[in-house]
Amino acid sequence: MSRNDLTIAVTGLNATDNPGPGVAVLRSLRDQPGFTGKLLGLAYDTLDPGLYSPELGLAGAFIIPYPSQGVDALRERLRYVHAECPIDVIIPTLDSELPSFIALEPELRALGIRMYLPTREQFELRSKVRLAELGRKAGIEVPASAVLSDARELYTIHEQVSYPFMLKGVFYGAQQVGSLDEALGAFHGTVAKWGVPVIAQKFHAGEEYDVVAVGDGEGGLVGAVPMKKMFLTDKGKGWAGVAVNDPNLLEMTRKFMAATRWRGPCEVEVMRTPEGRYLLIEVNPRFPAWVYLAAGAGQNLPWATAQLAVGEAVPPLPDFKAGTMFVRISLDQIQGMQTFQALASTGELRAG
Amino acid sequence: MTDRLQRLKDLALSESGFLFDPWTGLTFSLNPTGRFILERLREGLGEPAIRAALQAGFETAPGDDPSRDVHEFMRQLRESGLLPADEPAAQG
Repeated sequence: MSRNDLTIAVTGLNATDNPGPGVAVLRSLRDQPGFTGKLLGLAYDTLDPGLYSPELGLAGAFIIPYPSQGVDALRERLRYVHAECPIDVIIPTLDSELPSFIALEPELRALGIRMYLPTREQFELRSKVRLAELGRKAGIEVPASAVLSDARELYTIHEQVSYPFMLKGVFYGAQQVGSLDEALGAFHGTVAKWGVPVIAQKFHAGEEYDVVAVGDGEGGLVGAVPMKKMFLTDKGKGWAGVAVNDPNLLEMTRKFMAATRWRGPCEVEVMRTPEGRYLLIEVNPRFPAWVYLAAGAGQNLPWATAQLAVGEAVPPLPDFKAGTMFVRISLDQIQGMQTFQALASTGELRAG
Repeated sequence: MTDRLQRLKDLALSESGFLFDPWTGLTFSLNPTGRFILERLREGLGEPAIRAALQAGFETAPGDDPSRDVHEFMRQLRESGLLPADEPAAQG
């Protein structure tokens, strides 16, 4: 049986040209038939576009401190939000905030706030730095890679990872390099933005596929929908995509879940080479911005996550409909000053 | 049913010849001849039977070579991953 009356708070309302997943998660929850609960937005910036979307029907929204301000600031703010609008479930959606939410899980649980997140160990195991180890453990093919903390290592990197390869920041960013000169430039640029280490990962040509999935924390798969990007922005973000049903992608996702006993949402990024090899490129520890496609294709994974968070059993999700597409759109949302004014002056917004 | 036949049956083929591969997400546009050949493949027919069906179902001009059409179309299916790349020419 599902709980339809939950108050669910969601982060990542920065629906920009490099969108956070929050708006897609909120839309999925809003669309769930029978839902009678409340949705709250937790935002880092007063101009996060999701705050200005009447379609989401937010009962309230609150500015929360950036992860760089530390766990104590977040704890204090969430206590305040919970006192004002009691929360049943929080769905964090951004990589950078997850360590703080994972650390706070026991305290929030004591307050009655539930989350459905990986453990710290699971979170670390899927990091780019440990992808090779994950591949060995899960029996999944991954590209050759090396972890670099000093630019001098680039002079001999070709002995481990041949050109061309991707240089990736530990949290974000990836650049393809084909020579030592390019690699040095990309290394310093990445370190300046994201610090060390930097990950060199062998580049494989092919088609990229992404799978949004939820693991049950015991090695099983709650649901999963694979997607092929049909149109990319200049930042490489999918602006259009289609649900696909390649059983190899689902099998790889199952192996990942079984090996890590992953608990909660994730996005599995896979490269399919022209020879038909499937290589695990990356695992993101949260919903992707395109997760609304999963709900549209028949599997409302954010809803399942909220139910699992409060301990409700989730029946097997229906098969998704391959061929379901998403095409993103940029819209100008027109508002008076009142929303911005409330957020800028008080850091919060209450409906009507 | 063989994996090959199941794979072909899983393809979404519209009346207009628009083809969607639900495994890869790739889409294709088929002309009437291509659509006819694909439909026969999905029925389990091999190359010789499809050639005969093509000759019976379509008007051909002198010099037209249905076997070349079938062969070429199947080559394209292999290239697109819709048929196994190492599959020998089908019989029957």
